[in-house]
Amino acid sequence: MDVFSKRKYLVIGLFSLVALIIVTRLFYIQVLDSSYKISAASNVLRREVNYPARGVIFDRNGKMLVFNQAAYDVLITPREMKPFDTLSFCRIVGVEKGELVNEINKAKIFSRYKPSPIIKQLSSQTYAVLQEQLFKYPGFFIQARTLRQYPSKIAAHVLGYVGEVDQKAIDANRYYENGDYIGRSGIEKAYEDELRGVKGISYKMVDVHQMVKGSFELGRMDTAAIIGKNLVSTLNGDLQAYAERLLSGKVGSVIAIEPATGEILVMASAPTFDPGLFVGRERSHNYSKLLIDPNKPMLNRAITSSYPPGSTFKIANALIGLEDGVLQTVRFSCSGPASTPIKCTHNHETPLGLISAIRESCNSFFWQAFRAEINHFPTPAEGLEAFRNSLLEIGIGKKIGGDLYGETSGNIPSVAYYDKYFGSGGWNSLTIRSLSIGQGELLVTPLQLSNMVSLIANRGYYIDPHLVRSILDIDGSQDSIQFEKHTIAAGLDNYEMIAQGMEQVVESGTARLTAKIDSLIYCGKTGTIQNPHGEAHSAFVAFAPKINPKIAIAVYIENGVWGGRYGAPIASLIIEKYLKGRIASKRQHFEDEMVNSDLISTMKLEGGD
Amino acid sequence: MKTNNNIWLNLDWATVLLYLLLVILGWVNIYAAVYSEEHQSILDAGQKYGKQLIWIIAGVILAIMVLSVDSKFYAAFAYHIYAVTILLLIAVLFLGKEVNGAKAWFEFGNIALQPAELGKFATNLALAKCLSQFDFKIQKMRSYLILVALIAIPSILIILQNDTGSALVFAVFVLVFYREGLNGMVLFWGFAAAALFILSLVLDQFKLLLFLLTISVAAYGVLRQSVKEALIGFMSIIGIFGITWLINRLFSLDGKPMELLVTTTLLATVLVVIYGILRRVQQVWRILLFFIFAIGISMSVNYFYKNVMAPHQRDRIDQVLGIKIDKLGKGYNVNQSKIAIGSGGFIGKGFLKGTQTKYNFVPEQSTDFIFCTVGEEWGFVGATVVLGLFLILLIRLVTLAERQRSQFSRVYGYGVACILFFHIAINISMTIGLAPVIGIPLPFFSYGGSSLWAFTVLLFIFLRLDASRTENLR
Repeated sequence: MDVFSKRKYLVIGLFSLVALIIVTRLFYIQVLDSSYKISAASNVLRREVNYPARGVIFDRNGKMLVFNQAAYDVLITPREMKPFDTLSFCRIVGVEKGELVNEINKAKIFSRYKPSPIIKQLSSQTYAVLQEQLFKYPGFFIQARTLRQYPSKIAAHVLGYVGEVDQKAIDANRYYENGDYIGRSGIEKAYEDELRGVKGISYKMVDVHQMVKGSFELGRMDTAAIIGKNLVSTLNGDLQAYAERLLSGKVGSVIAIEPATGEILVMASAPTFDPGLFVGRERSHNYSKLLIDPNKPMLNRAITSSYPPGSTFKIANALIGLEDGVLQTVRFSCSGPASTPIKCTHNHETPLGLISAIRESCNSFFWQAFRAEINHFPTPAEGLEAFRNSLLEIGIGKKIGGDLYGETSGNIPSVAYYDKYFGSGGWNSLTIRSLSIGQGELLVTPLQLSNMVSLIANRGYYIDPHLVRSILDIDGSQDSIQFEKHTIAAGLDNYEMIAQGMEQVVESGTARLTAKIDSLIYCGKTGTIQNPHGEAHSAFVAFAPKINPKIAIAVYIENGVWGGRYGAPIASLIIEKYLKGRIASKRQHFEDEMVNSDLISTMKLEGGD
Repeated sequence: MKTNNNIWLNLDWATVLLYLLLVILGWVNIYAAVYSEEHQSILDAGQKYGKQLIWIIAGVILAIMVLSVDSKFYAAFAYHIYAVTILLLIAVLFLGKEVNGAKAWFEFGNIALQPAELGKFATNLALAKCLSQFDFKIQKMRSYLILVALIAIPSILIILQNDTGSALVFAVFVLVFYREGLNGMVLFWGFAAAALFILSLVLDQFKLLLFLLTISVAAYGVLRQSVKEALIGFMSIIGIFGITWLINRLFSLDGKPMELLVTTTLLATVLVVIYGILRRVQQVWRILLFFIFAIGISMSVNYFYKNVMAPHQRDRIDQVLGIKIDKLGKGYNVNQSKIAIGSGGFIGKGFLKGTQTKYNFVPEQSTDFIFCTVGEEWGFVGATVVLGLFLILLIRLVTLAERQRSQFSRVYGYGVACILFFHIAINISMTIGLAPVIGIPLPFFSYGGSSLWAFTVLLFIFLRLDASRTENLR
C-alpha cells in the first residue's frame, strides 16, 4: 500500500458529490417544477376544433329562411411554400395573377409561420378541382366553413345575424373561444344554444414539424361535434315578404300575430336590409355602412321602438272602463272641435255611447271615460295606479315576447312620476288627460299594440308572442315550445262591445275609406299621433275576421299623416292577402300606392330646407 | 489452457454484469427514443436500435478478444499503441471525413471509426506505463512535463479535428495524477481557476474584485488561524475605502465606484507589502500570490473568452450560466432536453410513451441526449437508478484499481474510472442545463458503434489487467 491510497476517498467522494448534485437537480426539474410538464404538453398537443353546421330556420310552411352553404377558403403558410406555377393556379381558382401575388405578400407580412387566408369562399366545384391539384402547391391548404345563406332576403331583423364572438361573450360563457361565431341578434341570438350545436374538440399529437402523429390518449379526451338543431319559425314567409314590400320607402313596422296561438306571422321593420350583407368578406364594411345610416335600418322598430299609441289606445281605455263597470251604458256628449279640455277632430252624433265613440274615435268620450275610470277610486293616485296595473295586465308597458331578442318595455307613467313632476297631490285626472287618448308620456311598442288587439280577438286571453314554434331534433322529431297564456277575464260582452266598435271603424268609421274589404267582416282602429317634429304618425290595429279571428295586426308608420292614410291600407292589404290569398282588383291601387310611396326622401327634402 | 481458465475465474463478473445491464438499458432507450409505428421490431436492422444491437454484439466479441490477450501485452505495448493512435489522429486530419463540422472520422465502407475514441485508452495506457516506471517521481518538474506532453499531444490533435468536447476529457487525468501523488495544491489551483473563470463571466468587475478581496482576507485569517487578524484585515479595507470615498467627495473628483475600489486595492496591497516586510509574516506572501494569480486569471478570462473561444462555445457557456437566455435559438437543445426530462415527473410517462423524444423535439435524442428518454419515460426514479448504476460502476472500478498489485494496472483502472466519470457527469449535466453542451456521449447508452466499442475496450482492458492483478506489470 502506498502513502496516497487514502486519496481514493477523495476521488470516490467527488464522484458521489457530482452524482448527488445531479440527483438534486433532477428532483427539482422532474418533481418540484411543474412548468416543464406544461411546456411538454404545448409542444406535443394540438387542439383541433370541428365546427358543426348551424341549424337551419324554416318558416311556418316549411320554406327555408336561412340555411348553410359550404364555402372553402384557401390558406397558405408562407414558410412552407415553394415556387409554383402561378398561372395554372390562377386558372383553377379564377383570380388574377396580380391579386394572388398581392394576397401572398400580405400573408407573408402577417406571419411566415401562421396560416392566413388568401382566397375566400370558393365554390364546391372549384374546391373539387383544386383539391386534386393541391399536392402541387406545398404550403397551401383548404379550410371548409359554412356561411349563412338567405334564399329570399327577407326578415333580416327577425332572423338576426351571426358574428365572431367578442370578449364579453367569451367571459360570460366558457364554451366560446376567439374565432367562434355566435348569434348576435334576432332568432340567431335568442336560439343560439339550439342553433349552434356543440363544437367537437379533438387532441392530436404532433411532432416537431407539426405533423400529426396520432390522437392523444386514444381519443378519450376528444368530443364529437353535434350539429345545430333546425328551427321552425312562426313567420309566414310570403306574408312577411309582402309586408316588407308594402313598407318600402317608409319608416315604420308591421307586426301580425295569430291570436289563438300568439305566433308571430309577420314582423317587418322598415327600412330593412338584405341579411346576406352580414355574411362573408364585405361584412364589416356593410355593417358600418348600415350603422351610420340616419334611418337606422338595423333597428327592429316592431319591438325596439316605442311610440305614443294615439287613438289605437282607446281600445285599452275602453277595456279598462268596461272592466271597472263605468262604460257599459254611459253616453257622453261631444262638442266636436269645440270640446274641452280635449278637442274632438271628428263631427258625429252627440251624446254617444262606447261603440259609436270607438267608430268615431271621439276624444271627448274617451277623456270623460278616463276621468270616470280615475275618479272611480278615492284619489287620483289610486285611480292611476289601478289604470296602470290594468294596462300591465293586458300586456302594455312591459316586455311580453316569449322569445324575442331586443324587445323594449315601453312606458306607462307612474304615480311617482307625476308626483315628482307636479308634487304629491298636485295633479288629478285633468292634469294627466292626454293619457286618455294615447298621447303624452305613454309609450308602447307596435308589438304591444298587436298583442292588445290579439287579446280582443281572443275575447279574453293572449299568449306571449313568439317567433319559433318548434325545434327539430336530429332524429326528425319536433319539440313544440309552449308559451305562457294570460287570461284577462273582463266579460265576453265587454269584448264583444269593443269588437263591435272596431267593426264599425272599418265599416263606417275612421277607416272606412281605406280598410274595407269586400265580404270580410273584421275589426280595426285607427290612430293619428301628433308629432311635434313633423307630420303626424299613422297607426292602425286590427284583427280579422271578426268571428274566429286568424290574424291580429298592428301597423305603425312614422310621419304617415293619419291613421287611415298608410296604417289602414297596409294592414288591410296584409289581412286581405292572408285571408283571401289575393288583393281584389278594386283595392289594387292601394297596393301600388303603398309600394311606390316614398316618405323617406320626402323627409329628407324637408330636412334639407 | 491454465492461464485462460484463470482469466474467466478471476474476472470481476460484477463489473461485467453492470456493463451488460447498462448496455442493454441503453439499447432499450435508443429503441424508445427513435421508436416509430412503422418499425416496431427492436431487431429491425434498418433502424438505429437494430444497428445498436449489432454494435453491442460486436462489442461483446471485442470484449472477449480483449480478455483473451495476455495482460503483459498491454503493459509491453502501451507506448506502441499510443504511437499508432497519435499517427491515426494525425492521419485523420488529412484523410478523415467531415461530420457535423468535425473532421474526426475514418470511413471503411459502412463502418466509421473515430480515432479520438482510441485516444482515450491509448493515452490511458501510456500514462499508466509512464507513471509505473520505477524511476518515475511525480513530484519532479521533468515528470510533470512528460505527463503533460502525453496528454497534450492527443488533446491538441483532437482540438484540431474541431472536436473540443472529446479533447476536454483528457483534463480528467489530473484526478489520476492526484491519486498517484500529485501535489494537492495543483488540484486546488485547478478548481480555483475554474471557479474564477465562471465568476469572471457571471459577476461584473466591481463585485468580482470585492469577492477576491474578501476571499483573500478570509484565507489569510484561515492560514494565520486568527479571527482577529481577519477582522483587522476587513476593517482596514473598509477604512481605506471610506477614506478614498471621503477624499473623492471632498474634492469632487467624480470617481466611479470601480475606480475607488481599485485605488483601495492598490493602497491595501502597498500596506500589506510593508506589513509583510516589517513583521516578516510568511502567510502574507502566499495570500498576495493567490490574489495576483486570481486577478490575472480573471483579467485573462475575458480575453480568452472573447478572442480564443469559438462563438458557439461561448453561446453554450452563456446558456448554462444564464448570461443569455435564448430558448428558441442557441438554447433550444437544452431547453427541449429539460422539457423532456422535466415532464417525466416522478415515475415517468412509461416505456414508449415519451412524446418529447419520440416526436423529435429533442435533437440528437439517440446519441448525446439519450438521457432525455430515460428521464422522460422512467422519470426521477429511472434517472436516479441509472445514475446509481453508473456510480456503483465507478466506485467498483476505484475499488478494483486499489486492489491491483502493479501500479500500471492501478493507474489504468483510475484512468478508466475518471474517463467514464467525466463523460457521465458532463453528458447528464448538459441535458439538465448544469453544464454547457459539449458533444460527448453517455458511456454504454448513446447510440453509435465507435463510442460503444471504445468504452468496451477501455473497460475490458482493465478487467483483463484485474484478472491478473497478482502479476507485477510495468
